[in-house]
Amino acid sequence: MSTTAAAASAPQPTGRPLWRRLIGFNLLTAVILGVAGYYVGALIGHTIDGGKSFEYQAATDEYDLALLLGYFGGVVGFLIGLGFANYPISRMLGRPASLREKEEQGIGRYFGLCTDHKVVGIQYLVGIGVFFFVGGLNAMLIRTELLHPVPTFVGPNQYLSIVGMHGTMMMGMMTSGILGPFANYFVPIMIGARRMAFPRIEALTFWLLMAAGFILTSTIFFGGFPTGWTGYAPLNNEAVMGMDSYICFFALVGLSMALLGLNMMATIITMRAPGLTWSRLPIFVWSVFATSVLMVLAAPMLVATLLMAALDRTINTSFFIAGGGGSSYLFENLFWFFGHPEVYILALPGFGIVLELLPVFTRKPLWGYRLAVSGMLGVSLMSFFVWQHHLFVSGINADLRPFYMLSTEIISIPTGFIFMCVMGTLWKARTSFTVPMMFVLAWTFNFLIGGLSGVFLSDTPSDTDTHGSFFVMAHFHYTIMGGLIFAFFAGIYYWVPKMLGLRLNEKLGKVHFWLMFVAFNSTFMPLFALGMEGMPRRVSTYSPALQTLNVWVSISAFVLGLSMLIFLYNVVYSLIFVRKAATANPWNSKAMEWQVPTPVPVNNFEQIPVFDSDPYDYGIPISVGAGQPAAAGA
Amino acid sequence: MSSRPVSSGQLPGEPNHARRFTTIWLIATLIALPLVIFVLGPELPPGNASQQAAGKVTDNTVLLAMATPVLLLVTIYLIYAVIAFRQPAGGALEGPAVRGDSRIQTAWIVITSALVLSLAAYGTVRLEADNGAGSGNGPKPLTVPSGPKLPVQVIAQQWAFTYRYPTYGGVETTHLYLPDNETIELHVTSIDVIHSFWAYQLGVKADANPDVDNVAFVKPTKLGAFDVRCAELCGIWHGYMYDKGHVVTPSEFATWIAQQQKQMAPATKVLPPYSTTYLPEPTRRAE
Repeated sequence: MSTTAAAASAPQPTGRPLWRRLIGFNLLTAVILGVAGYYVGALIGHTIDGGKSFEYQAATDEYDLALLLGYFGGVVGFLIGLGFANYPISRMLGRPASLREKEEQGIGRYFGLCTDHKVVGIQYLVGIGVFFFVGGLNAMLIRTELLHPVPTFVGPNQYLSIVGMHGTMMMGMMTSGILGPFANYFVPIMIGARRMAFPRIEALTFWLLMAAGFILTSTIFFGGFPTGWTGYAPLNNEAVMGMDSYICFFALVGLSMALLGLNMMATIITMRAPGLTWSRLPIFVWSVFATSVLMVLAAPMLVATLLMAALDRTINTSFFIAGGGGSSYLFENLFWFFGHPEVYILALPGFGIVLELLPVFTRKPLWGYRLAVSGMLGVSLMSFFVWQHHLFVSGINADLRPFYMLSTEIISIPTGFIFMCVMGTLWKARTSFTVPMMFVLAWTFNFLIGGLSGVFLSDTPSDTDTHGSFFVMAHFHYTIMGGLIFAFFAGIYYWVPKMLGLRLNEKLGKVHFWLMFVAFNSTFMPLFALGMEGMPRRVSTYSPALQTLNVWVSISAFVLGLSMLIFLYNVVYSLIFVRKAATANPWNSKAMEWQVPTPVPVNNFEQIPVFDSDPYDYGIPISVGAGQPAAAGA
Repeated sequence: MSSRPVSSGQLPGEPNHARRFTTIWLIATLIALPLVIFVLGPELPPGNASQQAAGKVTDNTVLLAMATPVLLLVTIYLIYAVIAFRQPAGGALEGPAVRGDSRIQTAWIVITSALVLSLAAYGTVRLEADNGAGSGNGPKPLTVPSGPKLPVQVIAQQWAFTYRYPTYGGVETTHLYLPDNETIELHVTSIDVIHSFWAYQLGVKADANPDVDNVAFVKPTKLGAFDVRCAELCGIWHGYMYDKGHVVTPSEFATWIAQQQKQMAPATKVLPPYSTTYLPEPTRRAE
C-alpha cells in the first residue's frame, strides 16, 4: 500500500511575475550552471594535462581529459541548477525535506525537476521525440550520400560521424523510448499506485538522458567519432576528441538506464495495489519488469567498459591496446555483453505494448497470458547467453561457437511464444482497425521478418557471409525500427488521448501509418539483397552495380522521412490547433489507466483501487461442454 | 486457463476457419517451397567460387526452406485474420472469451523447439564438416582439412591488406593470388585496429585483430578475380579498403610467386621475420 497522502496538499497557484519565476531552480539556471560547470571541469583537466593552449591541445589531441572533466562538471552543474541537490542538502542540514517539486502547477513544471510521474512521462515523450527526429535526420543524410557509389555529398570523416551519430542517438536515446514516456506515466496507474517508488530518481533519469543527448550532439564541435555506435577499441583510442562525447554520452545513458530499471523494479515489486497479484499484472507491466531486469544487469557493464576506454584515452592505460598487454577482444566482449541485452531492452517493451493493445481492439482476452509472461522472462534471461554471436568471425575460441549458435537459436523459442499469443488473440476476434491496432499488426509482420532474418545470422556458416554487411543492418532495423518504433507509435496513438486529454486526428494517423509501413518495407527489404550481394555497412563507397538498388532504398527512405513529417503535422494540427478533447475512455478499454479521469489527477486515485481480475476481461464466455457456444460474436 | 478449442466454437453457417486457413497455408507452402529450393536456392550468395562458398549456398537454401513455411504461416494468418475476423462498421461486438488452449500451446512449443534445435544441430555439423565454412576460426581451429595446405598470411592495416607467403621465403606483396583447387590456410592478423578480411566470392570472412592469428580455410574451385573488402569499421578510409584477389592455375601461381620473390627480394630482406602475429607499435596519440 502506498501512503503518500501527505503530498496531496492542494495546489497553490503562483502569482509571481515571470521575471521572479525565472530565478530559482529551473532549466535556465541549469543551463547557466551547466556551462559554468563545463568550464570549471575543462580548466581542471586542462591544467592536469600540461596547461598548454587549447589550440595546441586540440591539434595534438591532448584535450581528452579536459573535455571529459568538462562534460562531468557540466552535468553536475546542470543537475544542481535543476535542483537535484536541494533534497540531500536539506536532509544533511536537518531541515524538513521540500516537496515543492510536486506541488507546482502550470506549464513551468515541464521545464524543471518535477517528481510527478505523469509530468516525467510527458517530458520523456517530448525529449526523446526531439532526439528521435535528430537521429532520423542523420539517417536522411546517410541515404543522401548513398545515392552515389562514390562520395559526393559529405567527406568520409563527416559520413562516419553521421553514421555514428545516427546509430548512437537511436540506440542510446531510444532505449528509454517506451519505458521513459509510457512506463513512467502508466505503470503506477496500472498497478494502482500514486507515484513511483523513487520519484526524484525518476526525474533524474530523464534529465541525465537530456544532458547525454546534448553531449552526443556536441560531438560535431569536436570532430565527430569514426567508430559507429559500437565504439570498438583500439579504433576508439586513436580517434579525435569527438570520441569523448560518445564515451560520456553512453556512460550517462547507462547510468540513466540502470536507475530507471531499478526504479521500475522497486515500484512493480513493492507498490502494487491490493488484489493485483503477479498473475493479474497487465502484460505491459510484465514487459517493463523484464526490461528493467536487463537494464539493471547490463547497463553497469557498459559504464564500466566506457570508463576503461576513457582511461585508455586519457591517462594511457592499455586495457584494450594489444601493444601494451591489453586485448581488443576485451572491449568487444564487454561491449556486447551489454550490447546484446541492449537490443532486447529495445524489443521487449514493444512486445508489451503489442500484447497490451491487442485485447482492447480484438475484444477478446489476451490469449495465453502465462505463455506471454514466460516468453518475456525467457527472452530476458537468455539474452545474457548469446552475445558472442556478434563475434562469430572475429577469431574467438572456436570451441565456443556451437554453444553460442545453440543459445542464439534457442532464444527464438520464447520469442515465438509472443507470436503464438498474438495469433491466438487474433483468432475469431472482433478486430477494429484503429490506428494503434494497425501499428500492432504491422509490428507482427516486421518483427517476423526481423526474427526470420536473424536465423541466417545465428547460423555461423551463413553468418560468415552476412556479418558486417547490409544484411545485418536490415535485420536490426526490422527488429528495432519495425519492432520498437512501430510499437512506440502504437503507444502514442493509443495513450496520448489519456496523457494529454486531446485526440489525434485519425485520418492523418492512417495516412501516416500506411506511408510509414510501405516506405519502411520498401527501404529495408532491399537491404537484405544488398547485403547478400556484398555491400558492407558504414561505407560511403560501393560497387556501381549496386547503385540502382541503393537509389531505390534512398528514395524509399525519404518517403519514410516524409511519413514522420505527416506525424509531426498531425501532432501540431491536432494538439495545438484543433484541440478536440478526448473522452475518458475512447477505446472502451478495461485497463486501469482508462478508468481514471482525464486529465489524470495529481495523485491518480482518490482511493487506492482493489483489483479482482486482470485487465483483459473482454468477450462472451463460451459455455464449456455445450455444442452451441453462447452466441460467440452474435 | 484453457477452455475448449476455439475451432469448435463456431456458429452455424460460419465456415470452418481452421480448416480453411490450414488449406490455404498448405497450398501456399507447397507452391513456395519448390520455388525457393530449386529456383531461388542456386542463385543465393556467395556462389560456387570455392568449396566453402558452394557449401554455404546449400546452407542458405536449407535455412530459407525452413523459414519459408513459418513466414507463410504468420503472414497468411495475419491476412486471414484481418479479412475474416473484423468488427463490423460501427459495431461493438465482443469476441469469444477464450484465454488459451493448452494443446495448441504445447504443440507450438514442441514444434518451434524441434525446428530450432535441428537448425542448431545442422549449423554445427556444417560448420565443423566444412572446417569453419570460410570463417575465421581463431588461432586453434576445431577441425583442420586433411592434405597439403598453402599458408597465406593476410596483414591488415589502415587502410590496405598485404599478403605474406611464408613458404615462399616470407615474401610480402600487395596482391593476392591463390592457386586453384588447393586448400589455402589463411592467417589473418592486424597491425593496428580491428579490420575484417572479406573475400566475397570465396565465402571467407575473418576479423583481423592486432596480436591475434585468425585462421580460415578455403579451397578455391573457380578461376578468376574475386572482391576483397574490409568488413569492420576501421577509420575514415574504411570504405576505400578494397581490392581484387585472383584465383589462377597452379602453374600460373608458381610463375607469379617466383617473379614476386625476385622482385620483392630487397624488401623481404628488411621485413621482420615471419611470425603469426606482429605486435603493433604502441599507439602514439600525441606527438
